[in-house]
Amino acid sequence: MDIALLISILTITIVAGTSLVYATIGEIITERAGILNLGVEGMMIMGAVSAFAAAFHSGNPWVGVLTALIVGGLMASIHAFLTISLRADQVVSGLALTLFGTGLASFVGQRLGPGGAPLVGLIGPRFSDVPIPLLSNIPFIGQALFNQDILVYLMYIFVPVSAYFLYKTRPGLHLRAIGESPQTADAMGVNVFALRYLYTIGGGMLVGLGGAHLSLAYTPGWTENLTGGRGWIVIALVIFATWDPARAVVGALLFGGVNAIQFRLQAIGTTIPASLLNMLPYILTIVVLVLITWFEAFRKRVGAPAALGLPYMREERS
Amino acid sequence: MPFYLKLEKRLEISQTAYYLVPIISFVLALLFGAVLLALAGANPWLTYRAMLEGAFGTAAQWQQGQFYSLSETLVKAVPLMFTGLSVAIAFRMRFWNIGAEGQLVLGGVAAAGVALFFPQMFPFLPESRWIYLPLLVVAGVLAGAIWGLIPAMLKSYLKVNEIITTLMLNYIAILWYQQLFQISWKDPQGFGFPGSALFPEFTWIPRLSGRLHWGLIMAIAAAALVWIIMDRTRRGYEIRLIGENENAARYAGVSLARNIVLVMLLSGGLAGLAGVVEVSAISHRLQQGLDVGNGFTGIIVAWLAKLNPWAALIWALLLAALFVGGDQIQISMGLPASVALVLQGAILIFVLGGDIFTRYRLRVIRSTAPHAAAQPAGK
Repeated sequence: MDIALLISILTITIVAGTSLVYATIGEIITERAGILNLGVEGMMIMGAVSAFAAAFHSGNPWVGVLTALIVGGLMASIHAFLTISLRADQVVSGLALTLFGTGLASFVGQRLGPGGAPLVGLIGPRFSDVPIPLLSNIPFIGQALFNQDILVYLMYIFVPVSAYFLYKTRPGLHLRAIGESPQTADAMGVNVFALRYLYTIGGGMLVGLGGAHLSLAYTPGWTENLTGGRGWIVIALVIFATWDPARAVVGALLFGGVNAIQFRLQAIGTTIPASLLNMLPYILTIVVLVLITWFEAFRKRVGAPAALGLPYMREERS
Repeated sequence: MPFYLKLEKRLEISQTAYYLVPIISFVLALLFGAVLLALAGANPWLTYRAMLEGAFGTAAQWQQGQFYSLSETLVKAVPLMFTGLSVAIAFRMRFWNIGAEGQLVLGGVAAAGVALFFPQMFPFLPESRWIYLPLLVVAGVLAGAIWGLIPAMLKSYLKVNEIITTLMLNYIAILWYQQLFQISWKDPQGFGFPGSALFPEFTWIPRLSGRLHWGLIMAIAAAALVWIIMDRTRRGYEIRLIGENENAARYAGVSLARNIVLVMLLSGGLAGLAGVVEVSAISHRLQQGLDVGNGFTGIIVAWLAKLNPWAALIWALLLAALFVGGDQIQISMGLPASVALVLQGAILIFVLGGDIFTRYRLRVIRSTAPHAAAQPAGK
């Protein structure tokens, strides 16, 4: 295999993985707070459509990013209200959010174009690649790592910051506490309800941002079913990453890489049917999940937050 | 006067709230949809009327004895009845089967395989409906059941999270199905049309009237079967016990692994049946349109029905009416048909929110001093 091909695969891997990284870390933060939000697919696709619509009408992709953050947060606040205040089942509430979000995204996608026309097929502003001087000249990896769009660079900063926040700061400790043992956190004087709201909505904003990267940079524009199940891969990646932001990057890049290879193989033309290649990420997800679950010891060391999915009620014993 | 709201746990689940909540939620979702439609520049009242007439027909049509719209709604409801029942069984045990979509698709694929290839492979089989229809049903049920068995085995023996596995298996099934109807099983005489050859007529499920077919009777029978198993047998009691309290079930000596496998065989098989009727009674070939989300809508059906099989039939009909009505307003008013999807999502969200009133009651507690509010009243 020649170098140019490898570089191009690496480049696509990173850009394809970026939206997954944002969304996965968003979901990690939510789940660390003890809230399981299966609405990622719905929040992501709403982020994607709203980002594109806002960028198209304002002419500024940053307005799109801001809109996606707000929309992602609003979607997540539905889940927060249902599960934290109204104590609804987290699994079904998340599913409801996904069904609602995919329907609404399809609906607004057909009305938010100029004069109530569909958004499909329109060309709007996008984040183009900005080579970083000097760094992008590094042989081999320079092009792949440092000739990307600005949201990719922001991800490079965001990952260590989120890991530092989670493990090394007091608010990060509180975040982990409300997901591990809300009773203890409550007794310590941590406001479990407020923080669970905060991190569910914050996680949703990041998922929205992941959607924005899809419609503004990776595959600019809006098509029906743009996310194509990425939101569900995010749910699997959270488990794959064992709720750790750094490992989320590894997982997201692995999936981005499968995407990139399948993209390339299709371009070259192979005898392997396209559908078989497209199945790979999903098969891989199951295999990885089985392996993680299998290694009990590994799972216990860095396992799921103990109170994940359980509503917290002060006056009642759960 | 200062007051605050307090949620008090009810000692018993409120029966009135239990059945009222889905109905009120339906109304609230329609109101929400009305706002959305108004924002999109449509007249909500006219839109809903067009949807209603699209789904059930106009008064004039009824007087003339034309029930075309109603029959189309029933046709759309049949697969939802099966997937709703499929999901309801699994959710009764709190086994989160999100995979009805894939199980349905493979059920359709298996039925298509029998219809397309058995006549050549087994020429000694009499070419009769009495032989072939049971074969199609068995093949579809088996395919769906096997697709449900994979996550069941992974869950019961390796404790692998079933939400992810059932979901991923959906995508694998759908891609496989697309490969089959677009390439492998594509009709060479089909003028480039992506789809298999037409099935021989003895593999078609007969129709009752219009496009309405025997699948409806099968769905009602399936609901009866589910009701008997879940509410009238020891096995069903065990399954419900696991769903309500897994630990209690385990202490009582109920085998979790065996029940998970059984439930998923049944759940996958029912979803597979939805696929069988879709290909064998409607399209008569394997083509696009099996993966339209009936498996996911089944989740809404099951939840709105409170996992009750009879209620699932009714909710399947109502949600089907939304879909058919949605198609209607797309044709007649140029509005996106996805309004049906939005409404369904909204109904489910309102139901989830309203469910709290079945378990809790809301009390307004008045207090004169603000700090007294922080303390529960001494009683």
